[in-house]
Amino acid sequence: MTDAVLEIRGLNVDYGLGDEAVHAVRDVDLTLHRGEVLGLAGESGSGKSTLAYGLTRLLPPPGVIAGGEVLYHPDGGAPVDVLRMTLPELRKFRWAETAIVFQGAMNSLNPVHRISSQLTDVIKAHDPRSTPASRLARAREMLRLVGISADRLDSYPHQLSGGMRQRVMIGMALALEPKVVIMDEPTTALDVVVQRQILRQLVELRERLGFSVVFITHDLSLLVEFSDRIAIMYGGRIVEEATSADLYRDPLHPYSHGLLNSFPALRGPKRELTGIPGSPPDLRAMPPGCAFHPRCPHAMERCGVEVPVLGIPGDVRSGHDAGANEPAPADRTVACWLHPVHDDGL
Amino acid sequence: MSYLLKRIAFYVFTAWAAVTINFLIPRAIPGDPVQALITRSRGQMTSEAVQSLYVLFGLDKDASLVEQYFTYLGQLLRGDLGLSFTYFPSPVSQVIGDGLPWTLGLVGITTVLGFLIGTALGTGIGWRRGSWADALIPVTTFVSSIPYFWLGLIAIALLTGPDSFFPASGAYDGGLVPNPDPQFIGSVLRHGILPAFTILISSMAGWILSMRNMMVTVSSEDYVTVAHAKGLSDRRVMVGYAARNALLPNVSGFALSLGFIVGGTLLVEIVFSYPGLGLQLFQAVGAKDYPLMQGVFLIITLSVLLANFLADVAYLALDPRTRREG
Repeated sequence: MTDAVLEIRGLNVDYGLGDEAVHAVRDVDLTLHRGEVLGLAGESGSGKSTLAYGLTRLLPPPGVIAGGEVLYHPDGGAPVDVLRMTLPELRKFRWAETAIVFQGAMNSLNPVHRISSQLTDVIKAHDPRSTPASRLARAREMLRLVGISADRLDSYPHQLSGGMRQRVMIGMALALEPKVVIMDEPTTALDVVVQRQILRQLVELRERLGFSVVFITHDLSLLVEFSDRIAIMYGGRIVEEATSADLYRDPLHPYSHGLLNSFPALRGPKRELTGIPGSPPDLRAMPPGCAFHPRCPHAMERCGVEVPVLGIPGDVRSGHDAGANEPAPADRTVACWLHPVHDDGL
Repeated sequence: MSYLLKRIAFYVFTAWAAVTINFLIPRAIPGDPVQALITRSRGQMTSEAVQSLYVLFGLDKDASLVEQYFTYLGQLLRGDLGLSFTYFPSPVSQVIGDGLPWTLGLVGITTVLGFLIGTALGTGIGWRRGSWADALIPVTTFVSSIPYFWLGLIAIALLTGPDSFFPASGAYDGGLVPNPDPQFIGSVLRHGILPAFTILISSMAGWILSMRNMMVTVSSEDYVTVAHAKGLSDRRVMVGYAARNALLPNVSGFALSLGFIVGGTLLVEIVFSYPGLGLQLFQAVGAKDYPLMQGVFLIITLSVLLANFLADVAYLALDPRTRREG
């Protein structure tokens, strides 16, 4: 296993304070390894974007981080907790180590400034001693990297198409060579053709530059194709985490199963799409026990009482023989009473 | 550039229309100014004098409306706005020339200052949304709903008096001759403080309010979050990303308020008997001084047009989306 670059431990994010607080992210543990693409999937309101905002401390008010730590492991240095950085430290950390590409491809660029100034101001902020000429050269290089001709530097955002804008954002995200790039539904607002082009480019760039990616989307089919590992979120918790091959072949959590069955396979026989009955839980009034149990076809009595813990399932070797290259069980975790946690795990 | 030319053509056309209406309306009003002057002199006028007055006012009966119109346009181009009745026989252009600097000085400076201070404060308050600064919002809402002149009346009632530092009326002490010497300037400043503050306080409150609200809206835009995520300094994000965009709606409002400098604060000038254009208009209306009214209206119209044009230019400069490029 490659070593970790970002470790989230027991992260809790609330909206609001006190009794009124809505717990959008609960006790999330997640590790991003060097050079991997970690997919984060779930329905709207499952807390995946909140998790991304939380770990970069960009939560809009009234969002507050209620607990946990986010450890960043710099190259050959001691890990630092992002949540405990002072503001100047945080400013230095942002973009240089962890860049973000946001959901709104259309609105991520400031409409009144030229592309060039938006690409160069971040370089200037992190390297005040750089010369304007070197910054401009770097901006030109970044545009070339994402396949946009350099004469677009003088354009304003409204003069670019949605796909080009998102490419500019990706180029901007890579300008300081960060170790981690968080992508929050980067292609949701784009049509499928452009979506594919951009993702292919992203994969290419990742191979060339070697950064790690946290890829957030509700489109599980996309993740299965592009990511190394996938974490499924439901009601603010991670309910399953596995390599994408395992998850696709053999989802353990009924919710993952439901998600995988809600989009058609490209090849193979036609099958009826089942989807998931019911609607996502109201974060203000979460059901007791497992948040998914009101919608779960396999719900047992225990599910409505006790919250299942995320852990290595004890039955994975005996029950689900997926083939000879069965990965080490430590690679996959699930929070479901159908697959009780292995006793010696964790 | 062709866009700007089109705008200029539009404004020239509008100015022509305004001038024409300015010509027609007084002529549509029954009665004429010479009759009014005869009444004022209680009939002690020879018929020659009456006739020469008609000629003087451009009202000699032989000229048709079209001829009068072209004569009027010609005079206008030479800056000749006719003779005022109230300040007879001073020409209107001279009367307006006397009043305009006072209005521009008082209302112009306060409007610009009010906008600058109000916008700066609104930016700060909007950026620190949720802090103690929000407590200022109800106050500014209240203050911005107070009319200028009422605030002026209160100021006069409370702060002026026989032995007060603040004079209650006028633009300078009656005994002084307008000269750029320290005594005169001091007197002008002392007379200007109260009217200036009444305008400043109530206009500033409006700018604070609108800027603050725009800042709150813009602060939740994605590009502001991106700017934070980029690790830019708080100040840079506030000025370059949030305020820069929040300013746009305020700019057009500001340009329009520039247009109302000349006509908009008539009541403040009346309350403080400030010898600006507003007070002159008020006196002209009272004395049925049509040429002066016409002249003042013309100045107001032209300044509103000029301000609109400035708003267009400012918007072009500030918002690239309004530029039509090839």
